[in-house]
Amino acid sequence: MIHFVLLISRQGKVRLTKWYKPYPQKERSKVIKEISTLVLSRGPKMCNFVDWHGYRVVYKRYASLYFCMCIDAGDNELETLQIIHHYVEILDRYFGNVCELDLIFNFHKAYFILDEVLIAGELQESNKKTVLRLVTTQDSLVEAAKEESSSLRSIIAQATK
Amino acid sequence: MNPFSSGTRLRDMIRAIRACKTAAEERAVVRRECAEIRSAISENEQEIRHRNMAKLMFIHMLGYPTHFGQMECLKLIAAAGFPEKRIGYLGLMLLLDERQEVLMLVTNSLKQDLNHSNQFIVGLALCALGNICSAEMARDLSPEVERLMRSREANTKKKAALCSIRIVRKVPDLAENFMGPASSLLKEKHHGILISAVQLCTELCKASKDALEYMRKNCIEGLVRILKDVSNSSYAPEYDIAGISDPFLHIRVLKLMRVLGQGDADCSEYMNDILAQVATRTESKKNAANAILYECVQTIMGIEATSGLRVLAINILGRFLSNRDNNIRYVALNMLMRAIIVDTQAVQRHRTTILECVKDADASIRNRALELVFLLVNDTNVKPLTKELVDYLYVADPDFKEDLTAKISSIVEKFSQEKLWYLDQMFKVLSLAGNHVKDDVWHALVVVISNASELQGFSVRSLYKALQAFVDQGSLVRVAVWCIGEYGEMLVNNVGMLQAEEPITVTESDAVDAVEVALNRYSADVTTRAMSLVALLKLSSRFPSTSERIKQIVSQNKQNIVLELQQRSIEFSSIIQRHQSIRPSLLERMPALDEASYLVKRASITQEAIAADKPALAVTHGGLKLPNGVAKPATSLLADLLDLSTDDAPAITTASTNTAPSDFLQDLLGIGGINSSTTGIYFNIFILVHMGFPCYFSNLVT
Repeated sequence: MIHFVLLISRQGKVRLTKWYKPYPQKERSKVIKEISTLVLSRGPKMCNFVDWHGYRVVYKRYASLYFCMCIDAGDNELETLQIIHHYVEILDRYFGNVCELDLIFNFHKAYFILDEVLIAGELQESNKKTVLRLVTTQDSLVEAAKEESSSLRSIIAQATK
Repeated sequence: MNPFSSGTRLRDMIRAIRACKTAAEERAVVRRECAEIRSAISENEQEIRHRNMAKLMFIHMLGYPTHFGQMECLKLIAAAGFPEKRIGYLGLMLLLDERQEVLMLVTNSLKQDLNHSNQFIVGLALCALGNICSAEMARDLSPEVERLMRSREANTKKKAALCSIRIVRKVPDLAENFMGPASSLLKEKHHGILISAVQLCTELCKASKDALEYMRKNCIEGLVRILKDVSNSSYAPEYDIAGISDPFLHIRVLKLMRVLGQGDADCSEYMNDILAQVATRTESKKNAANAILYECVQTIMGIEATSGLRVLAINILGRFLSNRDNNIRYVALNMLMRAIIVDTQAVQRHRTTILECVKDADASIRNRALELVFLLVNDTNVKPLTKELVDYLYVADPDFKEDLTAKISSIVEKFSQEKLWYLDQMFKVLSLAGNHVKDDVWHALVVVISNASELQGFSVRSLYKALQAFVDQGSLVRVAVWCIGEYGEMLVNNVGMLQAEEPITVTESDAVDAVEVALNRYSADVTTRAMSLVALLKLSSRFPSTSERIKQIVSQNKQNIVLELQQRSIEFSSIIQRHQSIRPSLLERMPALDEASYLVKRASITQEAIAADKPALAVTHGGLKLPNGVAKPATSLLADLLDLSTDDAPAITTASTNTAPSDFLQDLLGIGGINSSTTGIYFNIFILVHMGFPCYFSNLVT
C-alpha cells in the first residue's frame, strides 16, 4: 500500500501531503524534512527509488515538482512510478498543461483528483477519463449550488432594498 | 466579491503569503489570517465557513498549527449542501487523523451520508472513511459499507470495496463479512471495480485464513479469466498505456495470484499457462511493461511453479540486470534477493554483474547490491568476493564505507576458514577504513588476536607496518597500539615469523615512537589516548631501557584536562617510579580473552540493536568460528570451546580467567599481598576501558 503522497517543489516547499497511515503532526514534519533532503539531493540519472527506514520512496520529477510516494518494501516500485505518472496525466488534462502555480492556487482541486485516484493507499481507478468525469461532475454540482445561493441572495437583496 | 463576507479571498491570501520575503513576514500574514478565521469561527459565520476551511488547509500545509479549525470540519460535513460537505470532508482528511477524539463525533454524519441518495455525497463519505477511519468507526460503519458494495453505481461500488480494505486492516475479524461481496465483484466488467475488488481480496487473504481458503476455492477461475481477457484484449484507448491494456489491473491480479498460489500446488497448476503467456508475450520496452514483468516474475517465484516457468523468470531477471536503466537494475537486484531462496545457483551466475552494481554511483543500487552480495557469499567464493569488496574500499564514497566495512567484517568473521586470512583481511579493512569500523568489530579482532598465540607476532608486525602508512585511521591505531603494548618484544625480535613474511627491523625506541605518535596525534580521541598510555606502561616493563623516556612521555599528561587521562598519567608514573618490584608481574601479558563469553556478550548487544533497529541485518551475530589455521595440540580445549560457540546458543564456559568487576576493588585493595591475581587487574582495566567506564584505581598511588 501507499503510506503517503508528497509533492515537494525543488526549493523544498510542500505542495501537497496525503497520509494513509496515522502520522502525528510532529512526525509529519519530520518525515517531510527527511524525504525532501533525501530526494532533492539525488542526481538526475539515478534511479527513482530510495530506501527509507525499511520502506521505499518512489519519486519522479516533473518540471519543478517532485512527486513522492512511500510504499512497502514488497510492493512494485515500477508500478508506483506508473501511478505517479497516471496522476500527473490526469492533473495535466484537468488543468490543461498543468504547472506548479495551478497546484498552489488550486491545491484543493489537486486533492479532489487524488481522492478519485487513491483511497486507503490503494489504486481506485485506472481510467483517466472516468476520473476526470467524476471530478468535473462534482465541480459542476458545486457551481450549481453557488449559483443557486447567489441568485437567492440577489432576490433577498432586491426584496430588502 | 461576496458582499456578505469580510476578509480576504483564498487566492489573495495565497498571493500575500507567496509575496513574503522572509519567514517572519510569512508568520505575520499567517497569524493575521488565523486571527480572522478564529473570530469568524467564534461568530459562527456560515457564509465564509468553507472558504476559511480552504485557507486553513493551506496554512496547515505550510506547517502551522490549525487544531482550532477541527470543529469547523464537522460543522461543514453536517451541512446539507454538497459544496460544504466536499470541502468539509477534505478538511477532515487533511487536518485530522484517526487518533483525534474529535473524529468520533463525525461517525453519525458519516452514517447519514453513507445512506444519502446522492451518489457523490456517498462517495465523499466512503473516501473519508477509507482514508482515516479508526477501529471503532470501522466496527460501527462496516454494515453500511458492505451494503454499498452491492450498490448500482460503479463509483460507489469501487469506493466501498476500497473502504472495506481499510476496515479490514483496522479490524481483521470483520474479514469474513466481506468475502462474499468481494468475490462477486470479480464478475464485473468495469476496471475500476475489478481493481478495487482484487485489492480487497488480497487484503482479506492476508487478514484471515478462512478467506484465503474461500478465495482459493471460488476466485481462482475468475482471476485467470480476468487476466486472460485483459492481456488478450484489443486496443482500448481509455486503458491503454504504452500499448498495454490496463497494466494496473494486470499487476493487481498477478499479486493476488501470488497470494493464492503460495504453498498451494493445485492453484499454482491452474495459473501456470496464463503466467507463461504474460511472461513471454509482454515486451519489455516501456516502464508499464516492465512493471508487469516484474510482478509476474515475483509471482512465479512465489508460487509452486513448474521448473520451466522458473527458468523463464530467471531469464527475465537476467535481462533486467543487464538493462542500462537504473530503475530496472534496482528492481532486478531486489528480485534476485528473493529469488536466492528459490534458486541460489541461478543467482550465483550473475555474481560479476552484481559486484559491478556494488560500485555504482547510485546509493540505492549500491545498497541493494551489497545486501545481495552478503547473501551470495559461501565457503567457496568468500575469498574472491572479499577481495573485490576490500579493493573497492579504496575508492568507495565516505558515506558508503561504514556499510561496506560492516558487511565485509561480518562476511570475514562468518566464513573465514583460517585465522591468518581473517587477520589479514581485517588489517586491510582497518587500514583502509579504520574510521568507519564499529567498536564491536575491532573488539572482536582483539579477542581473536589474544587467542591466536602463534599469530601474535605476525599481527603486531603487520599492524606496525600498517600504522606507519595509515596513521589517521582511528580503530587501526587502537588495535595496533594495543598489540604493540602486549606483544612489543615480538615486534622487536621478529618472534614467530611466518614463511611468507618479510623480516623488519624495529628497535625498542621505534616501538615507543609509534605509540607516542598515536598518543600525541591531534585527532586521537580519549579512548585511543588512554590505550596508548596503557601500552606505554606495558612497554616500560618489556623494554627496561626505554623506561626513563616512557616516564617522561607519561608524565606529560599529568596536567591533561581530561580527567581520565590525567588520572592514568599520574597512576602510571607512580607505578613506573615507585613500584619497581611489582611492575613486571603487574604488567604481564594479558591472559587470552575468553572468546565464548565475548561472543555471548556481543550477541546480546547485537540482538538488542536488532530489536531496536530494523530486522534487515539479522546475520551479524554469526560469531567468530575460527578453527586455528596452524595446528597446535595445546589449543584443542579452546577449539572445543569454539565449536560450542558456533552453535546458535554459545556456551558460557567456566574455564576463563576473568574476574567480575566487583572483585576488582578487592584485588586493588589487596594489591601488595596477592601478586598472582594481578593479571586480573589489567584484564579488568581492559574491560572497563572498553565499556567506557573511567577506571579508578587510585588506591595504587600510595
